[in-house]
Amino acid sequence: MASTDIAESTSTPGTPGTTTDDLAALEAGLDTIEIRRTPIRETFLKKVLPPFLAITLVLAVWQTLVSTDTTDETKLPAPSAVWDSLTQLWLQGTLFEIIWTSVSRGLLGFLLALAIGTPLGLLVARVKAVRAALGPILSGLQSLPSVAWVPPAVLWFGLNDTMMFTVILLGAVPSIANGLVSGVDQVPPLFLRAGRTLGATGIKGVWHIVMPAALPGYLAGLKQGWAFSWRSLMAAEIIASSPDLGLGLGQLLENGRNNIDLPGVFLAILLILIVGIAIDLLIFSPLERHVLHSRGLVVRN
Amino acid sequence: MATNFAKAARGINAAGLAAGLEHVSKSFVSPAGQQLVLDDISLDVAPGEFVTILGASGCGKSTLLNLVAGLDQPTTGSINTPGGRPALMFQEHALFPWLTAGKNIELALRLRGVPKSERHTEAKRLLELVRLGGAHGKRVHELSGGMRQRVAMARALAQDSDLLLMDEPFAAVDAITRDVLHGELTRIWEETNLSVLFVTHNVREAVRLAQRVVLLSSRPGRIAKEWTVDIPQPRRIEDSAVAELSLEITEHLRREIRRHGQH
Repeated sequence: MASTDIAESTSTPGTPGTTTDDLAALEAGLDTIEIRRTPIRETFLKKVLPPFLAITLVLAVWQTLVSTDTTDETKLPAPSAVWDSLTQLWLQGTLFEIIWTSVSRGLLGFLLALAIGTPLGLLVARVKAVRAALGPILSGLQSLPSVAWVPPAVLWFGLNDTMMFTVILLGAVPSIANGLVSGVDQVPPLFLRAGRTLGATGIKGVWHIVMPAALPGYLAGLKQGWAFSWRSLMAAEIIASSPDLGLGLGQLLENGRNNIDLPGVFLAILLILIVGIAIDLLIFSPLERHVLHSRGLVVRN
Repeated sequence: MATNFAKAARGINAAGLAAGLEHVSKSFVSPAGQQLVLDDISLDVAPGEFVTILGASGCGKSTLLNLVAGLDQPTTGSINTPGGRPALMFQEHALFPWLTAGKNIELALRLRGVPKSERHTEAKRLLELVRLGGAHGKRVHELSGGMRQRVAMARALAQDSDLLLMDEPFAAVDAITRDVLHGELTRIWEETNLSVLFVTHNVREAVRLAQRVVLLSSRPGRIAKEWTVDIPQPRRIEDSAVAELSLEITEHLRREIRRHGQH
């Protein structure tokens, strides 16, 4: 059909079919030459070996400090003592319960922060008056340590989960909202123009163009939001302990202090660190990598 | 012929115009005061006509295209596009990197109101029209520069507009790819009977593609001269007839630019 149209519309007799075929062949050649295939390379060693070495180094320095008696054992417990604390918790069967108490709280709080921070960020990014009113407050809140919210939250709600979630929200909502705002601000104007010519205006424009285009910034905000959720939760758990709240990682740390159990304190700190990193590595990093890779924003290797 | 009837049924207005610009002027307010960018431009594009607007950098040709696209409003004068919102292609492909090539086109179809069940087939058809039938699931960054512009062309065609506006769409690709894209554009233009308003600073490109070349002077942009190109298609950019006319137009373009140095 295509070739008949051309034959009809070309004013020169001759061989239009051949020209079209020529063009097609030339194009096929160019396409094959120019497609860049990302080489699938095994980056396992490059990604896993360096952090593994770094951890080994830290442990080695730690052990050296202990065995050379550079510091007092009441100031720095031996790695083996911390390991013993861990096995003890494991044998008591409470290790995972403690971790889960904090993680479930942290994730639920984070999801709440997500549900509030996203529409808030979108409003601040898109509505000028809202940005003028709330923008500075949101940035300011981000630099306020969320531990500051623990005393008022305890006075408002008492020692319960509501108080914990309040502290998490006040810590995480600003960073999620701010992440989305900077994501929206960095959307190339070209995409907005292209969207408008395609008819994506108003809500359609936000849904089809602005949100997906802002996704990398938004994800960075979520990552930071999780870090803030986790930190806020730990602050709340350390300060406010009550039997009603159950035993989380923060309380574990605080209990260690009360019992002058330095290995226990170190163990709690390490667990808090590991959980924070694990959630980031298991959820946010793969998500971010997927988004960036699919857009060609990260060069492999 | 069939396409012509379809276009007529879709309601090209009585005057038979794809785009009509009447005494269009545009000025921007800058710190230095009011700056006139376009001065009294009157231009008609007939249905199925291929017009290139040629001018040196800063002559306001992109501004003119934005006005026709409805992305900006003229200061005075009126712009009429009876066929509805024109499709627009940019110098950058402007494809959305979070979607595959096919989904970019399907988004355009969706925004036009094409039912979900038809979008995939229609996207495939449009990709085949630009000879990228196999690229439906490809990510934008996996495509070469020329392929991206062809997907962008397919996406513009997905708008099913009577008028396609092109803002130096081939300025950023290499010469051989540009040559191929010229061939594709001519072929698609002939197959679809689209009206095209094509902006460029490349004289040979203008002559290679257009039925009519409109030369714009710079600061402010005014229509300096017009040429009708009656070299039969398919042309080649190396054709002697193309070269000859290009030489003549280049002389005028130079004269326009020299005038600026004198005051």
